[in-house]
Amino acid sequence: MYEFDWTSIPGAIPLLLKGMLITLEVTLTAIIVGIVSGTLLAVARLGSNRVLAFLATTYVNLFRSVPLVMVILWFYLIVPQGLKAIFGQNIGDIRLTSALVAFALFEAAYYSEIIRAGIQSVTKGQVGAGLALGLTPGQTMRLIVLPQAFRNMLPLLLTQGIILFQDTSLVYVIGLSDFFGTSYKVGDRDGRLVELLLFAGAVYFVICFSVSRIVKRLQARFSQ
Amino acid sequence: MSYNWNWQVFLQPSATGEETYLAWLLEGLKWTVTLSLTAWIIALIVGSIIGVLRTVPNRWLGLVAAIYVEVFRNIPLLVQLFIWYFVLPEVLPGQMGHNFKQMNPLAQQFLSAMVCLGLFTAARVAEQVRAGINSLPRGQKSAGLAMGFTLTQVYRHVLLPMAYRIIVPPLTSEFLNIFKNSAVATTIGLIELSRQAQQLVDFTAQPYEAFIAVTLLYVMINVTVMYLMRRVEKTVQVPGFVGGK
Repeated sequence: MYEFDWTSIPGAIPLLLKGMLITLEVTLTAIIVGIVSGTLLAVARLGSNRVLAFLATTYVNLFRSVPLVMVILWFYLIVPQGLKAIFGQNIGDIRLTSALVAFALFEAAYYSEIIRAGIQSVTKGQVGAGLALGLTPGQTMRLIVLPQAFRNMLPLLLTQGIILFQDTSLVYVIGLSDFFGTSYKVGDRDGRLVELLLFAGAVYFVICFSVSRIVKRLQARFSQ
Repeated sequence: MSYNWNWQVFLQPSATGEETYLAWLLEGLKWTVTLSLTAWIIALIVGSIIGVLRTVPNRWLGLVAAIYVEVFRNIPLLVQLFIWYFVLPEVLPGQMGHNFKQMNPLAQQFLSAMVCLGLFTAARVAEQVRAGINSLPRGQKSAGLAMGFTLTQVYRHVLLPMAYRIIVPPLTSEFLNIFKNSAVATTIGLIELSRQAQQLVDFTAQPYEAFIAVTLLYVMINVTVMYLMRRVEKTVQVPGFVGGK
């Protein structure tokens, strides 16, 4: 029978916290950039400009049909070369930068689908009323449609944030030490992989479960 | 910045034998498809059971099913995979763990990835099955029971046949997800498409060709699955329901 030995965890807490900071940095950047560019993509898809709509649709469909692992690897290939072209050879460790770019652009595609549905959930009469009041189409979108759309889709946006938080563990494929990567390295170093992996799983569970409870409560309050 | 494109690289013999690098890609495709399909079967079976348990009038069964869904949904897939692959063989009682570690590495990787992906997706399928059953009017169940059906018969003949047909569209997106999620198996060394992409980069030093080829193969899988599922959807759609005629 396996003998559990949890003693290597307390000493590793500072390292693990550092890893968690990286996880949070990637998550929050992807949420913010993802929602902003996702909104632009959604508006482009629903707008009257055919070329823009086509480009946005292609972008979203392409990113949604490729595994996140491949997207992370792609950007780890492209971003360093791009940076080298701009800044020369001395660019240091670009794993974090590539991960930030990969997640932000990948999540934009997923957020844009949520936001598109949110925009479409606002009744047509609202747009008509805005235009009738003399607002420009841009103003109608910004002042009338989007505020209501965001209110409707807040729970979905947050749920996507939880999924994203879990997905950031995939930066393991480029060797970035986020919370999971750090847990793995500490476990490997101390020969305590079993304990560290179970600990990492438990931490993710507690965080994601608590946040999803909060989202559920928010949803209940909003739908009243 | 200059890059030497060389698409002929796929026809060159690979570093390890007479086969070409194209054969490596096809090998990767084969494992991605095999892994995803076998995991999908597990996901459908386990997901259906858990989904049904969440709707039956028994608090304890409902609680067990709810815990299953929460656990598998709130732990990252990668962590789950590592737990199946690294942790389980250590903590299994008796000879089981030892026997597992004696198997050939490919079988170990494949089995862990298949079980992991299957049970992970099952939690998502379960939520869809539950939603499908709950979307049916309550009268259907009552009518079945009033006709003298047992609860099992009501599920078997009345509720499930309707529920499955309603949830084909959300199941399609879970089916697509399982192919994408199968790429996570690259982390434990299974030679599926993403792994082969990385191998090709290491061996041929033609990263763009390798990545473009693999990306296109994933897009191709996606298009094929969507086409097939749309046909399934058309065949089984219920007249008078959403999307039906």
